[in-house]
Amino acid sequence: MEEKTAYLDNAATTRACPAAVEAAARMMRDCFGNPSSLHAMGLASAREMAAAREAVAALLGCQAECVTFTSGGSEANNLAVFGGAAARARRGKKLVTTAAEHSSVSEAMRRLESEGWEVAYVKPGPDGKLDAGAFADAVDERTALVSMMLVNNETGAIFPVAEAAKRIRRKNPETLIHCDGVQAFGKLPLRVSRMEVDLMSVSGHKICGPKGSGALYIRRGVRVLPQICGGGQERGLRSGTENLPAIAGFGAACAALNGKVPENFARAEALRDRLREQLSEMSGVRLISPADGSPYIVNFSVPGYRSETMLHFLESRGVFVSSGSACSKGAKSPVLLSMGLPAPVVDGALRASFIYGTSEEELDMLVSALREGIARVAHK
Amino acid sequence: MKELILLKCGELALKGLNRRSFEEVLMKNCRRRLETLGSFKIRSAQSTIYVEPESEEIDIDEAVDRLSRVFGVAALTRAAIVEKDFEKIRAAAPGYLRYALEGARTFKVEAKRSDKTFPMKSPEICMEMGAALLEAYPRLTVDVHHPDVTVYVEIREVAAYLHTDQLHGAGGLPVGTSGRAMLLISGGIDSPVAGWMMAKRGLEVMAVHFVSPPYTSEFALEKVRTLCKKMSAWCGRVRLAVVPFTEIQEAIRDNCPEDIFTVVMRRMMMKIAARIARENGCGALITGESLAQVASQTLDALACTDVASDLPVLRPVIGMDKDEIVRIANKIDTFETSILPYEDCCTVFTPRHPKTKPRLGYVLEAESRLDAEAMLACATENTRMETIG
Repeated sequence: MEEKTAYLDNAATTRACPAAVEAAARMMRDCFGNPSSLHAMGLASAREMAAAREAVAALLGCQAECVTFTSGGSEANNLAVFGGAAARARRGKKLVTTAAEHSSVSEAMRRLESEGWEVAYVKPGPDGKLDAGAFADAVDERTALVSMMLVNNETGAIFPVAEAAKRIRRKNPETLIHCDGVQAFGKLPLRVSRMEVDLMSVSGHKICGPKGSGALYIRRGVRVLPQICGGGQERGLRSGTENLPAIAGFGAACAALNGKVPENFARAEALRDRLREQLSEMSGVRLISPADGSPYIVNFSVPGYRSETMLHFLESRGVFVSSGSACSKGAKSPVLLSMGLPAPVVDGALRASFIYGTSEEELDMLVSALREGIARVAHK
Repeated sequence: MKELILLKCGELALKGLNRRSFEEVLMKNCRRRLETLGSFKIRSAQSTIYVEPESEEIDIDEAVDRLSRVFGVAALTRAAIVEKDFEKIRAAAPGYLRYALEGARTFKVEAKRSDKTFPMKSPEICMEMGAALLEAYPRLTVDVHHPDVTVYVEIREVAAYLHTDQLHGAGGLPVGTSGRAMLLISGGIDSPVAGWMMAKRGLEVMAVHFVSPPYTSEFALEKVRTLCKKMSAWCGRVRLAVVPFTEIQEAIRDNCPEDIFTVVMRRMMMKIAARIARENGCGALITGESLAQVASQTLDALACTDVASDLPVLRPVIGMDKDEIVRIANKIDTFETSILPYEDCCTVFTPRHPKTKPRLGYVLEAESRLDAEAMLACATENTRMETIG
C-alpha cells in the first residue's frame, strides 16, 4: 500500500484534475487535427480551442477574445514585459516593477535594463506587503510599462494592484499596466476586466491543469509586439501550432473551478488560519506570510535550521514543501531579502502551499513532522 | 570501401611474457565498450589490435570516439582495408583520402611493410603512392619534414591498410590488469579525477558514496551517479556502494569535539570503505585528497585518517593544484557535474574552526566515545550496491 503523503507544494505545481487529464488525452487521441487546417478535423480542433478560451475567460472575468494562449506563466510574463515595452517604447524608456517579482518578470526587466531601459524596483515592507502609493509614485511621464504581481509566490502577500492601477492611470494614462496573476488566478475571486489592468499573466498547472499551458489577458485595444514570429496563430501574437492537449486541459481545469472560487477560498482560509495558529504555538517558528495574504500560501521560518535540511527531513516523513525558494542554488531568496528579514530567518524559510483538495490531516502531518524535525535535526 | 580501426598498444609491448594476457583484457574492454554500437570482429597481431565492424551500418566515428577513451590504447586510427595488390591500393587512395587531402597543402607518404613477401619495398611504395596522389591532387606538394598530412600505407599479413595521421589514445594500462580498488566519491571535483587516474594505471574502479539524509538530498546522490556514468566512459562499468551515514554523523556531532568532527568522520568513512572494499576483492582505497587543500587534508589530518584503513590508500592528486585537477576534470567531462551545488547541504556539520594539526591520540580518545563497531556494522549492512555504465 502506498504510504500516506502530504503534498504541500502546490504553489510550485499541482496534480492535474481528472477533467484536465481526460481533456488532454482526448485531444491527443481523438481530436488531433491542426486548428488551422481547413478540413473538418481542423474545425473540430478550432472548436475545442474556442471552448477552452471561453472557459479561461470565464474564470478570469473577461471576454474570450482577450485571452491569448501561451506555453505558461513565464511566456505570458515575457510577452507582456518585452512585447508591452516594445509597443510603448516611443513614450519613454522607463519601467516600474517590484523587488519581489517572479524571475520571469525580474529577469526580463534586467534584460531590458541591459538594453538601455531605466527600471525602478519598489521594495515591499518587512511584512511582505507593498504600498500602492509608493509604487505609483515611481511612475512618471516617461514610464512605458509597469509590472506588479497580484499574489507573491513566496509569501502569499497580496499586492494592491487595483489601487495602484487607478493611481497610475491618473498619473500617466499612457502607461501599460501588467499584472502577474499566476498565484491569484483560480484562487482569489477575480474580475480582471474591472481591475484597470491592461495585461495579466495566468498559468494552467498551478490550478490543476497541465504544465505547458498558460495565457496572457490583453485588454481590448491594447497592443503588444509578438515575441514569436511564424504562422500567425493567436491573432499573430503567439505563432506556433497550438498546444491543444495543454490548452484543452487548461480549459477543463478552469471550467471545473468556475463558480467555486469563493467557496474554495473560504476553505483555504480556514486551513490557513488553523495552520498559522498551530505554527505560532510552536517555539522556534516564525511566520513570514502576512495574515491577510493568499490563503493558499503559508511561509514560515525555523531560524537556525537550514531550510533544505528541514525540507528533506519533512520529505522523509512524507511531507513535501518548498524551501521558500531559499538556497536552491546556494543563493538566498531575493524576495525574502527584499523584505529586510535577518539572514537566519531567510535561511530557515519554508513554504507550505495548498490546493482545493488539501486536508486538515495533511497539515497535521506537516505540524507533527516539523515538531519532530526541530527536535532531531542538527542546527546551528 | 571497407574500413576498420587500428589500435596501437604502446606500453603493453613492454610487459614481456604477460603481454598476451594484457592484450586479452584490452580486447575484452574494447568489445564491452562497443557492445551497444553493433557487432565487431576484434583480433590482435604484432602489438596492433584490429577492430573491424561486421556491418556497414555501424557508426565508425562513434566507435573511434569510444575507443579513444579505452586505457591501454596508445594511438588509434580508422583505416581502409585494401587487397595486397599495389594497383588496387593506388586506385583506392585518392578517393579514400580525399577528405584529408583536399584541405591540405603539403603531404608525405610513409610505408610500413611487415609482410616481407610483398614485391615492392617501402621507399618504392612511398614514391609510387606519392606520384599517384600528386596526379590526383595537383595543388599538393610534398614536404617530408613538416607535412600537413601524412599518408600511411601499411602492408600487413592479411591485407593492406590506408590511413592518415593517427589519434592519441587514452594511454595507460587496460582496466583490470592492475587489480581492483575502491574510490571514495563525494561529488566534488577531485574524486572522479582520482578515480580516472588510477583506472588509467589499470585498476578496475569501484566507488563508495556516503549519504546523510536529510542533510544531503537525493539530488546529491543522483549527481554522484552521473559522475560514475561519466567515469565509466573511461573506466568501464562502475559499481557504486551507497552507504547510509546520517546516524554516524549525528553520533560524532553529539560525542566528539567540534574541531575534529571532520577528521573523525573521515576515519569512519575510511573504515567503512575498507570493509566494503575487502568484501568486493579490492586491494586498495582511492581518494581525491590533495595536500593541504582543506583542514582535513593537512599532513597531520592525513596521518590520522590513513591509519584508519588497513588497505593501502592511493591519493593520485595529492601533489596537484586545483587548476591541474580542474583541467583533467574538464577533459573527462566531470567538471560541470561536480560543481552542481547539492553537496553543501552537509555544511551544517562542518566545524567553524577545524583543527589543522589534529593529534592521533586526541582523535582516538574522542572516537572511543562512539559505539563505532556497531555503527560501522549497521552502515555496512545497509549499504546498497548499484551498477552504473
